[in-house]
Amino acid sequence: MHPIIKLVVQRIALGLLLLLAVSVVIFLGVEMLPGDTAQAILGQSATAESLANLRESLGLNQNAPTRYFKWLGHALQGDLGKALTNQQDIAHAIGQRLGNTLFLAVCAGVIAVPLAIALGLIAARYNGRWPDKVISGVTLATISLPEFVAAYFVIYLLTQVIPILQPVSMVFPGMGFFEKLHAVALPVIVLVMVVLAHMMRMTRAAILNVMQSAYIETAELKGLSPMQVIWRHALPNAVAPIISVVVINLAYLVVGVVVVEVVFSYNALGQYLVDHVAKRDLPVVQAVGIIFAAVYIGLNILADLIGIIANPRLRHPK
Amino acid sequence: MADLLTIKNLRIEATAYPPGEAPKHLVLVDDVSVSVQKGRVLGLIGESGAGKSTIGLAAMSYGRGGVRLTGGQVLLNGRDIRTADASGLRSLRGREVTYVAQSAAAAFNPAKRLMAQVIETCLLHRLMTKEQAEARAVELFAKLGLPNPETFGQRYPHQVSGGQLQRAMTAMALCPKPDLVIFDEPTTALDVTTQIDVLAAIKEAIRDTGVAAIYITHDLAVVAQVADDILVLRHGKAVEYGATDQIISAPVQDYTQALVSVRSIDHAEKTDATPILRATGITARYRGTDFDVLQDITVDVAAGQTLAIVGESGSGKSTLARVITGLLPARAGQITFDGRTLSPDLATRSKDDLRQVQMIYQMADTAMNPRQTVGTIIGRPLEFYFGLKGEAKRARVQELLDQIEMGAGFENRYPAELSGGQKQRVCIARALAAKPKLILCDEVTSALDPLVADGILKLLLNLQAQEGVAYLFITHDLATVKAIADKIAVMYRGKVVRYGQKSDVLAPPFDDYTDLLLSSVPEMKTGWLESVLKTRKMASAGN
Repeated sequence: MHPIIKLVVQRIALGLLLLLAVSVVIFLGVEMLPGDTAQAILGQSATAESLANLRESLGLNQNAPTRYFKWLGHALQGDLGKALTNQQDIAHAIGQRLGNTLFLAVCAGVIAVPLAIALGLIAARYNGRWPDKVISGVTLATISLPEFVAAYFVIYLLTQVIPILQPVSMVFPGMGFFEKLHAVALPVIVLVMVVLAHMMRMTRAAILNVMQSAYIETAELKGLSPMQVIWRHALPNAVAPIISVVVINLAYLVVGVVVVEVVFSYNALGQYLVDHVAKRDLPVVQAVGIIFAAVYIGLNILADLIGIIANPRLRHPK
Repeated sequence: MADLLTIKNLRIEATAYPPGEAPKHLVLVDDVSVSVQKGRVLGLIGESGAGKSTIGLAAMSYGRGGVRLTGGQVLLNGRDIRTADASGLRSLRGREVTYVAQSAAAAFNPAKRLMAQVIETCLLHRLMTKEQAEARAVELFAKLGLPNPETFGQRYPHQVSGGQLQRAMTAMALCPKPDLVIFDEPTTALDVTTQIDVLAAIKEAIRDTGVAAIYITHDLAVVAQVADDILVLRHGKAVEYGATDQIISAPVQDYTQALVSVRSIDHAEKTDATPILRATGITARYRGTDFDVLQDITVDVAAGQTLAIVGESGSGKSTLARVITGLLPARAGQITFDGRTLSPDLATRSKDDLRQVQMIYQMADTAMNPRQTVGTIIGRPLEFYFGLKGEAKRARVQELLDQIEMGAGFENRYPAELSGGQKQRVCIARALAAKPKLILCDEVTSALDPLVADGILKLLLNLQAQEGVAYLFITHDLATVKAIADKIAVMYRGKVVRYGQKSDVLAPPFDDYTDLLLSSVPEMKTGWLESVLKTRKMASAGN
């Protein structure tokens, strides 16, 4: 078997194993919370008898391993259970919100990743000179602002000073693509500001690291211009570290943007999770937790694989 | 005939920024004048730091790091390139002048196929179409003796050997049909048996294409084979400049005479004595591989004597040292030391067994902790093995520093403040501090200039006479072997192909490999290359 295929299979198998381990951790974490689901449902009206009855009907009187495997068995078939607070099917509720989450993340990623890499290349090209200082300074400033401050600043600027956008980003099923784009413009701007600096600085650092190599001197002595040297000779050798940072930021765009969702009243997965943590809706917390873990693990496997494929030593063994 | 390149009164300066000190102003090259005519080869020779590479790169108006060309003229095809602007320089680099680096392995981009890199210059300067450039590259691959020239370019740098990469780099330099090629130590990193073939290929390519060249090396015997004229440099100044024949047969300056004279160490071979180390039937492989790097190796090191292990890279020399130290436990075979059997694995050896066998490495730089002083570095084994502390330790460190001929004051210095030779001396003192009966020396003089290396070898011989320590001396350099060995083992592809007293091993009749090895050592006379290529019995391996 080609070593690359072997590696891909290995990584995916490891990823699945990791996801299984994460599901145990999430299950145990939820178990450790004080009280249980029955208590959460009945609240203050709970009597010893009603609690026992409800536990019986929810299957909570079984031991933890049995419940875990039951839950796992259902989850594997796509059945994530019902939310306790409103009896909605969790898989259905998540499906729609996951779509919104991914839409926002993809919009932000499509702008932020190329922009960050381009800025990183320019900063590396003019290392230590003014374009580098300006780019580093501005991106550092945007990453230093807390997300909600950046969000309110952008809202003030683009709805009050220059009123071209709406301060809330409500999206509904049935909205057209461009309507949706218009609706998410503000949160996208904020998210781009938040993730730009990390990717840009890593690109710059990875390129500058490669620029120390002897083959860069070879390229300069061929008469290539500085930008040609960076683009043709430095970038192909800096792919792996850049990709790994890009992926961390993409994962963040999916799982870590609850503050921005709340500020813009954007109906997505993060807000859904936080709402149900507050309401002690444990099946929902479990389900969203697993989805977030799957996104993180999946994207990191992807980064690993791209890093491996970018290495000609692995692609073309001796 | 008009000069292609004329360098007049060239001065090159740099500013160094030592941490915590005021910036230092350095003059790297001072008042050097030299010229190259069309189709001629100029050899630049000198020790490291003599300014050879700096002058070579000045012909492309290129300065590494903060190096600046501050005075004089560099006239290429009649115009002064010292004053050219960035775009003017880009248009001459790669088109009029090209460069072949010392380490082709590092100078090729690992992420791109060889063909793309070889023809890049031709396409960049729009000298030919892609098809023409590829056809020319294939032609050059064939001329330089590369295997399968049609498909060679489809490979990545890691897929070909060091010798092949060096030829590919030469092809890359010749592809755009430049007027001048700078060869910067193109064969220094190669094995002696590979060097001879690459040298011959380069020489032929220069002759066939009629290109002019500057050939930079520290090895006068090598440059004598290819150069028409030689400029000898020392500390950035020209020492002697003349035709090759005159420089090697009738040098005028003292320094040139010292370079030309063959090594002066005279070491009478000691006869066989009781072995201190006996390796019997050693077979070893690296974890996760299914190939025996060492196959049934049996050698002895006599107490107080030197066994030299000679061979090219990949022959298993250093692996043998790793097996003896226990870093790589052998799969089969036995190591006896001082009459008792050593455990194959380092982890299960006693502290005294560890003390008895010490190592000195090729790169003294990386073998020392840069944040420790010389005193701490040498003091560490004293503390570890003998429990010496305070005044007793300090006195012993001083004694060791005296033994390596580095007087007082050095114990407070850091490795970065020492020269290459001094660093290697400190490593020797550290090994000696453990009072070992055997020191494994792995290419300890390979990274040093010839005159400095001679000093180290003399020191090692003196220490052997004083302390009675035995050496297992690993090297690829036959001159070093002749200088220091009592016994010699020639290794080739994981096997010992010839083994015995020095006088026997170096006397005919030879086996094919030893003959190849001995005949590949460049001799300081013109025409040596051609004569030896005619009489070789065996093609060199691995290239």
